[in-house]
Amino acid sequence: MFESLFSGFDTDIFDEFKRLESEMLQLFGNSPWPAGIRATQRGAFPPVNVGTTPERVDVYLFAAGLDPKSLDLSIQQNLLAVSGSHKVKVDEKADYYRRERFDGDFRRVITLPSDVDPDRVEARYRDGVLQVTIQRRESTRPRQITVN
Amino acid sequence: MAANQEVTARKSTAVDERKTRAQEAPMLPAVDIFEDAYQITVQAEMPGVSKDRLNVQAHHNELLIEGDVQLDMPAGMTAFYADLQTTKYRRRFVLSGELETDRIAASLKDGVLTVRIPKRAEFRTRRIKVDAQ
Repeated sequence: MFESLFSGFDTDIFDEFKRLESEMLQLFGNSPWPAGIRATQRGAFPPVNVGTTPERVDVYLFAAGLDPKSLDLSIQQNLLAVSGSHKVKVDEKADYYRRERFDGDFRRVITLPSDVDPDRVEARYRDGVLQVTIQRRESTRPRQITVN
Repeated sequence: MAANQEVTARKSTAVDERKTRAQEAPMLPAVDIFEDAYQITVQAEMPGVSKDRLNVQAHHNELLIEGDVQLDMPAGMTAFYADLQTTKYRRRFVLSGELETDRIAASLKDGVLTVRIPKRAEFRTRRIKVDAQ
């Protein structure tokens, strides 16, 4: 009975608390990963996830509404640099209540595992996510060893 | 005794529910909200959400925006680094009475959701002329 009274609360007030909490985490970097020397503070645009398999490394950049033509991708050994411009069209005649979307130029450098092959990179942009796939070198892949 | 057991059982499910809710705490998409003479527009950034994984609804004077991130991932992938640690976006806004909630229009392009909520005709802004004496 009382649940319904309180459940209405987890809308905005708790959303705001969660937001504050995540901003604190961003500030103090409470991340399970040790910070890389080229890492920017958490909350930098765009957020990045990196996943690996023995064959390849996939980098996902979460950047909605991007013009793929504005992107500049480069790779040097195992350093992937992505820069571009994320422009948000402003409606001059409207009154703004919230402006949270990132607007401007960005650059992120991502340190990849050292066995990636910089000659075999593919990138595509879909649903606001830029996915960069880098193949790993054959020689470093785990190999099954048979015991005689 | 039997009644007592039932109470205990209920309590533990309540705790479990709260726990799963905390673990699945969704991300708040970044939004721009602006108003002109005819409508209020909400633009939310939800990268990774496709049209079929998006839910926009207006119910009981509340606008709900939610979506699931779906990535193209090879089998057996392990995380090497992750800024985003959940795949759900969710945000709610309270609407006000002068908005026509049954005429809301939404569109999604490259992970940017645009929701337009028209204002009732009688609430559209009218310029007031000031006569100086």
